Amino acid sequence: MIQISTPLKQEELNQLQAGDLVFISGTVYTARDAAHKRMIEDLNNKGSLPFDIRNQILYYVGPSPTPPGQNFGSAGPTTAGRMDVYTPTLLDLGLKMIIGKGYRNDTVKQSLLKNQAVYLVAIGGAGAMLGKCVKNSEIIAYEELGPEAIYKLEVENFPVIVCWDTQGNDAYIQ
Amino acid sequence: MKIKKITAEKIKDAIKDACLSIQYRYSPKMEETLKEYMGKEESGLAKNILKILLENSDVASENRLPMCQDTGMIVVRMTIGQEVQIVDGSLKDAVNQGVREAYDVGYLRKSIISDPIFDRKNTKDNTPAILYTDIVDGDEIVIEVAAKGFGSENMSALKMCKPSEGLNGVRQFVLDTVKNAGPNACPPLIVGVGVGGTVDYAAVIAKKALFREIGEENPDERYANLEKELLLEINELGIGPQGLGGKTTALAVFIEHYPTHIASMPVVVNINCHMARHTKVVLK
Repeated sequence: MIQISTPLKQEELNQLQAGDLVFISGTVYTARDAAHKRMIEDLNNKGSLPFDIRNQILYYVGPSPTPPGQNFGSAGPTTAGRMDVYTPTLLDLGLKMIIGKGYRNDTVKQSLLKNQAVYLVAIGGAGAMLGKCVKNSEIIAYEELGPEAIYKLEVENFPVIVCWDTQGNDAYIQ
Repeated sequence: MKIKKITAEKIKDAIKDACLSIQYRYSPKMEETLKEYMGKEESGLAKNILKILLENSDVASENRLPMCQDTGMIVVRMTIGQEVQIVDGSLKDAVNQGVREAYDVGYLRKSIISDPIFDRKNTKDNTPAILYTDIVDGDEIVIEVAAKGFGSENMSALKMCKPSEGLNGVRQFVLDTVKNAGPNACPPLIVGVGVGGTVDYAAVIAKKALFREIGEENPDERYANLEKELLLEINELGIGPQGLGGKTTALAVFIEHYPTHIASMPVVVNINCHMARHTKVVLK
């Protein structure tokens, strides 16, 4: 069983192979469509992001609300391709791992390679199980976006599959 | 003819209960079907993913967490008997109030935005719903409710086929749409197909197809056979659970058809994921 803990280490990322099942523990930031748009606007207008993205993990998710007695709501991945237009900018700033689901375009794949970063996929439709892996959560930016706000999550044994590794192998290509 | 009165409140409650009943557990038929396909998978990863999906349904119901964080846009198909009068409120308000209450008490994600281009502001109560009404003979209201996720909705497609393209044109378009959807629509899928009518009506009946339960066939044998053939062909594509390879790409193909114009053969493929959240209630 492959375990990855934050802070991420480049040599561990380099060993990941497309198709590997990996369990992640540590800090993960969330962002989906509206948060990406806002982050890029912040970069253009203020020159900075609401958090230091260097060496971090970004998870494409818009969670359901947290019910009483739970740590977090349902939290499965959303389709990654919608973020393609924003992704290379974030990778160039030092983002090291992305979790989502679905195809990425060639520009993103080349940017991942160039920046020695990895794209992993979580299981779409396993939102309740994935939500149970979240032990702590805190909204750190864009609270007004509701489910699209940026959360800082602490996760434990969060299951993901390596999709695009640092050698350029793609788990989606048969 | 005696007029039967049904209150808006009763409709509101039915919509609310329906919205809540589909979010926290697969339908028994879906569970059974996923288990059956899990048994047929040879790849370890494909088998594991189906196992995780089944476990997710258990975790969801035990913790009362929705199975998927995308708790959907509500689509209501309402068939109203013409001997029914809806009293003490408006139908549309009743439907939206039912949705509003369900998404609040159920801790379901509010995913609806007010304007598609300019504002894109969350309405914060998951309304409005999409409502289709049909007036028929009778003295009851049949309410069908689905919570449609948009990872799969986004991978749906329309083609105005030429009549000369015939059966193979339809077949190829369905296969191309599923191939193009790949992992994005969270396979295993339910594939709804609407053939005929107009550009809009083909989409309406493709969505209607998604309200069927696995095992329900088109009553026309030719279409029922096409459904079976397409399911086999889709599962030979090798896309597999989550697009990571395997035999389980779709669990059902449902085709609805309607008369059309001599000049055309509209085809809409409406993709659904394995959540396939829908239910039916009859008010008498």
